[in-house]
Amino acid sequence: MDWFYEFPEMGSSALRALKKGIDGSFRDFTREHGELMEQVFEPLKQFLIFSERLLTDTPWPIVIAVIAGLAWFASRSMKIAVGTIITLLLIGYFGMWEDTMRTVSMIFVCTITAIVLGLPIGVLMSRFDGMQRIVNPTLDIMQTMPSFVYLIPVVMLLGIGKVPGLIAVVIYAIPPVIRFTNLGIRLVPADVLEASEAFGTSAWQKMTKVQLPLALPTIMAGVNQTIMLSLAMVVVASMIGVQGLGQPVLKAIANQYFTLGMFNGLAIVGIAIIFDRASQAYGKRLQRHLEVVHG
Amino acid sequence: MDNQNNSVGIQIRNLYKIFGATPEKFLEDVKGGMTKDELRDSHGHVLGLKDINLDIAPGGIQVVMGLSGSGKSTLIRHINRLIDPTAGQVLVGDEDVVQMNETQLRAFRRARTAMVFQKFALMPHYTVLENTEFGLEIKGVARKKRREESMRWIERVGLGGYEDSYPNQLSGGMQQRVGLARALTNDAPILLMDEAFSALDPLIRTDMQSVLLDLQQELGKTIVFITHDLDEALRLGDQVAILRDGQLVQQGTAQQIVLKPADDYISSFVRDVNRGRVIRCKTLMIKGEAVDGPTVDASLVIEEAARIMSAESKETANVVNAKGKLLGIITMSDIIGAMVPPQEDAISVI
Repeated sequence: MDWFYEFPEMGSSALRALKKGIDGSFRDFTREHGELMEQVFEPLKQFLIFSERLLTDTPWPIVIAVIAGLAWFASRSMKIAVGTIITLLLIGYFGMWEDTMRTVSMIFVCTITAIVLGLPIGVLMSRFDGMQRIVNPTLDIMQTMPSFVYLIPVVMLLGIGKVPGLIAVVIYAIPPVIRFTNLGIRLVPADVLEASEAFGTSAWQKMTKVQLPLALPTIMAGVNQTIMLSLAMVVVASMIGVQGLGQPVLKAIANQYFTLGMFNGLAIVGIAIIFDRASQAYGKRLQRHLEVVHG
Repeated sequence: MDNQNNSVGIQIRNLYKIFGATPEKFLEDVKGGMTKDELRDSHGHVLGLKDINLDIAPGGIQVVMGLSGSGKSTLIRHINRLIDPTAGQVLVGDEDVVQMNETQLRAFRRARTAMVFQKFALMPHYTVLENTEFGLEIKGVARKKRREESMRWIERVGLGGYEDSYPNQLSGGMQQRVGLARALTNDAPILLMDEAFSALDPLIRTDMQSVLLDLQQELGKTIVFITHDLDEALRLGDQVAILRDGQLVQQGTAQQIVLKPADDYISSFVRDVNRGRVIRCKTLMIKGEAVDGPTVDASLVIEEAARIMSAESKETANVVNAKGKLLGIITMSDIIGAMVPPQEDAISVI
């Protein structure tokens, strides 16, 4: 009855051999292909550097004006535009301008990457049920796996720096774009689709003229979630060398600097609110035609 | 619009539709006489249409009437193959729609058919104008040209000034006018109308029927009109076909259906019809010399004839053809007799 009280586990030597084997072969793989991987991600790295330079080198009044302008363009709300200006001024006044710009740049590139990758995956998912059966559980794993775990192979492959940070953030933040694209397209009313088919639309016309436009408000809700999730990853990403608001927070944790942590935390909250309000208002504006109901 | 383009007949031949996982397996059984209930209860398949044969004349309005579940919406979707048949042919001109490949079918839908839907099925993110030009946009017609065409039809269906509204801002009747304008802008010889006016309230429905009849006067398209409303069927249809449980039970003119219902099912349908608006003078006319009384056209419905006669306080009228030649006479007592619904057993007229 030993097996009843003691779990019949794999022998410790066999287990050690297994771990060693996997680690060993992955290490060999990184040694062989690490350079190739770096080359593959080189364009992304250049993009990251470019957008960071753009934000940190441009004089601050212009940056504030542009961000506030974008917020106004997206929301058409004076309240949100003014709120954006005040938040950014406060952040700058408390000495966090550079770090904030680095974080904004990172979020910007991550969101673009997530949309560029996620939108086509979502579209394919909506068209093929088989694809949905594969992608959905994969997304579940990506969202529940602790981020530190997949940081390990990424760092082994690419070392410490911006690109591994970006990969980690995108893995964590991409699921909403994919899920909401799929959902939005599947929610397009069947009678509207039938009507478009009756007029002889090709699959491409149906997608671009009917399905994607009608799914757009839902997709925007996904993009909003993706931005929020990217911001949530800022501190984690700073552990593998991503500069920005995360690093002071990390320092504050290590040294118990309460105020430093608080200030930088609040700065993250501030830009989160700006992005959230602006992108949500934009999503709402997209569905205006659905709200004005006849008498 | 050249007239040739606007007059395409449709022939439906031996059309079967079975819904389910393996319809081909049961096709022979159904042809051999398996009933709808047996197919459903023992094999889990639904018999949609059974051996439909229907000749739709070019340039006329063919009404297909039936209650819900009779297969009428399934039938109309076979004409532009939104639904694939299990067996049979749908001949439009000399092409078989069933045999077309994807590309041919797309071209066919773009050029030859346009459809109006029961629940309008407008694009909610498009304005009235953008909805109306949808068919032309799909065909790749230049923006300026399609604007002109759409505006013309928007005006024609009485929606001038609403072109920048969104469908949600319009009432049901107005939305269906957009649906009609969208179909007409496509300039296709065949117009498919799937319960197009059923979702509208009665006054607006009558109104839309008049709009359609007016337009048809000048367009002469081949219109297939689906309805569950007998009055609508009799008012619009040059020809009426009645569908029950996926089978055609009778086809003919409105008058033939009312006067000679093929079975009890149809007679129970037509019992409450206003017969005065269906039966024409020609049917009740008797031989006779010219009498002292008003003159009525042979194709006039008897309700109108009665109105003219009573206005002049006459018991008889002369029936003439379109050229004014005397064909016979008609009496008030015959008209009244014909307008009263028959007893259960007999149809006394004719």
